[in-house]
Amino acid sequence: MKFVDEFRDGDLARSLATQIAALAEPGRHYKVMEVCGGHTHTIYKHGIEDHLPETVELVHGPGCPVCVIPMGRVDDAIALAKLPDVIFTCFGDMMRVPGGDGSLIDAKAEGADVRFVYSPLDALKIARKNPDKQVIFLAIGFETTAPSTALTLMRAKAEGLENFSVMCNHVTIVPPLKALLESPDLRLDAFIGPGHVSTVVGCRPYEFIPAQYGQPVVVAGFEPLDLLQSIYMIMKQLGEGRAEVENQYGRVVPWEGNMRALDVLDEVFELRPFFEWRGLGFISQSALKLSDAYADFDAELRFDVPGVRVADPKACQCGEVLKGVIKPWECKVFGTACTPETPIGTCMVSSEGACAAYYNFGRFARSKARTGS
Amino acid sequence: MADLEQEVLARIERQRRLKPRFRDERITMAHGAGMKATHTLVAGLFEPSFSNEALADLSDAAKLEIAGAALAFTTDAFVVKPLVFPGGSIGELAVNGTVNDLAVSGARPIALSAAFVLEEGLDADVLRAEVGAMATAAEFAGVRIVAGDTKVVERGKADGMYISTAGIGVRDPRVDLAATSIRPGDRILCSGTIGDHGTAVMLARGELELDADIDSDSAPVWNLAESLIDRVAPSLRMMRDPTRGGVATVLNELAQDADVGIVLQEDAVPLQPAVKGACEILGIDPMYVANEGKLVAVVAPEAADDALTALRSQPGGEQAALIGEVADEPQGMVLVRTGFGGTRIMDMLIGDPLPRIC
Repeated sequence: MKFVDEFRDGDLARSLATQIAALAEPGRHYKVMEVCGGHTHTIYKHGIEDHLPETVELVHGPGCPVCVIPMGRVDDAIALAKLPDVIFTCFGDMMRVPGGDGSLIDAKAEGADVRFVYSPLDALKIARKNPDKQVIFLAIGFETTAPSTALTLMRAKAEGLENFSVMCNHVTIVPPLKALLESPDLRLDAFIGPGHVSTVVGCRPYEFIPAQYGQPVVVAGFEPLDLLQSIYMIMKQLGEGRAEVENQYGRVVPWEGNMRALDVLDEVFELRPFFEWRGLGFISQSALKLSDAYADFDAELRFDVPGVRVADPKACQCGEVLKGVIKPWECKVFGTACTPETPIGTCMVSSEGACAAYYNFGRFARSKARTGS
Repeated sequence: MADLEQEVLARIERQRRLKPRFRDERITMAHGAGMKATHTLVAGLFEPSFSNEALADLSDAAKLEIAGAALAFTTDAFVVKPLVFPGGSIGELAVNGTVNDLAVSGARPIALSAAFVLEEGLDADVLRAEVGAMATAAEFAGVRIVAGDTKVVERGKADGMYISTAGIGVRDPRVDLAATSIRPGDRILCSGTIGDHGTAVMLARGELELDADIDSDSAPVWNLAESLIDRVAPSLRMMRDPTRGGVATVLNELAQDADVGIVLQEDAVPLQPAVKGACEILGIDPMYVANEGKLVAVVAPEAADDALTALRSQPGGEQAALIGEVADEPQGMVLVRTGFGGTRIMDMLIGDPLPRIC
């Protein structure tokens, strides 16, 4: 298939793998964090770790938007979904995320009208078709998906659609990175920068990472060759003692980002003073809410939201997994109490979550690699 | 460190091997998706409650011996929405689905029953069309529909119509198919392109604003099954029809039932470019998408080429391919060698594949 197969060429992969191995200095261990859940998915789906020397370790970061939603927010969403005459819409992989008591898929089984959509515009369509119902869209994601929520809200406002609202959980990429870099137990050498977020925010926001923390960042695409190439670029920077922001995904990511999208975000959203991240706790100015001009469309203002706060389950070590402090399998409940069937932590829910990805795709490959067979 | 990882992995494996217990409080859509949640429901509630030898292997059809006759017996329910989709309709599926459960059990399909649950207000022409489709499909598959039942439910209680069919077939004496006969070294064949039916239906629902020329593969597979029996009977270990849950689920079930590993060559699996493209856009792995006119067969290594030739000589089997082989490990698991040169585990999903957000 054109524009896909070129980026999945096994021969090119092997040649890149050889070059990466050549750059790895003997006796040195490299820890590289891919921030974005989409990258984690690609790494496991295509078996990218098989192409890396054992001394180059990939750490799966906090960039899975589904994984970082705290349980209390899920409970709030379920409370909204259960209101009479409400059609509750969300992205597919949000459906199975456990709150304090069940998930949206359970709420659906109990009678709530929960539907998954591919785009917030689909939710808008549902609102137009059902004027006697209140249609709520559960907005999640980084700056990647926020512009589409923003445009949907602008359209809803222009149409004067009164039965549409948004429960906003959009988050921003830089504050959690700062929080990560500030945490004392973190040991990383470099970052693979998130590609899709960067199409909106550009590469400039990451400049503080090399400047203040001395670590290279390479913004990468989502095909397997993109990732191998970005790892190569990181190894090259590390080998040459450089620390810069580089853009591997130039075919999609402009250095300055997408100004129009950023303008739209400015109009529709404003920063929340703080927001709770699953496993990472409260991070200031790390999430968006609807601006005053769009407050009428804010589901949290339109409806009574319980505002539940549920502490992360004690046994769950999602936070340490997200920070790359421990590997998924080092978590006390991984694979026993916490499995894709009965997830305790959100890292196990979405296929992009570090734990689910490892559980589904990575187990055997890694164990074989370790035993050398 | 590595030791601890091994220990954790071993613990997971033990956990996976435990007989599933059905502990859910409510039925969700996942229980009907033909994947892990369905498996837990069937193996954790139905099988132990009805407990008997014929049911125990939870295969596509039960093997019965009645008055010296070797029979296969199966049943299936059809709740597809929309009722009509490119390449087929609910009536055609209701015949082919049951016929195929018999066919992959090595049984020549003989007769079907059909039960209809109709929704009040259903346009009679819609029913006429589906009954016509059933008659045509039955004739094509060489079966008779010999018994039936009709119920009507109030408006809003069914999506137009549901159909349930049961079927009986005569098992071919040349084969005794069982997952337990699968051995390391055996080869795995797939009779054609995967994911066509599921993708066609998903697009036909019209919720995705994605248009592509994809037809359901709905067709009877007895001709394919019989061609394998004729050609390689003693070496034919097992056949399955990869409906809900797709090829991935069927291979996982085989690996678990036979206590072997299955190694799949990703780029050997036949896939239409349009299906590949649609799945790529939707963020769904076609390995988990339903088929309605395909079979997956396991044969002894020496019979692999003959089996492939036999399938390819049949209508509906032209694109058959060798897609993998059986290994002694990882036991109970399916390993995929990716076109990119890596490996990954292809586990059973819990419920329908949910599209990823980005």
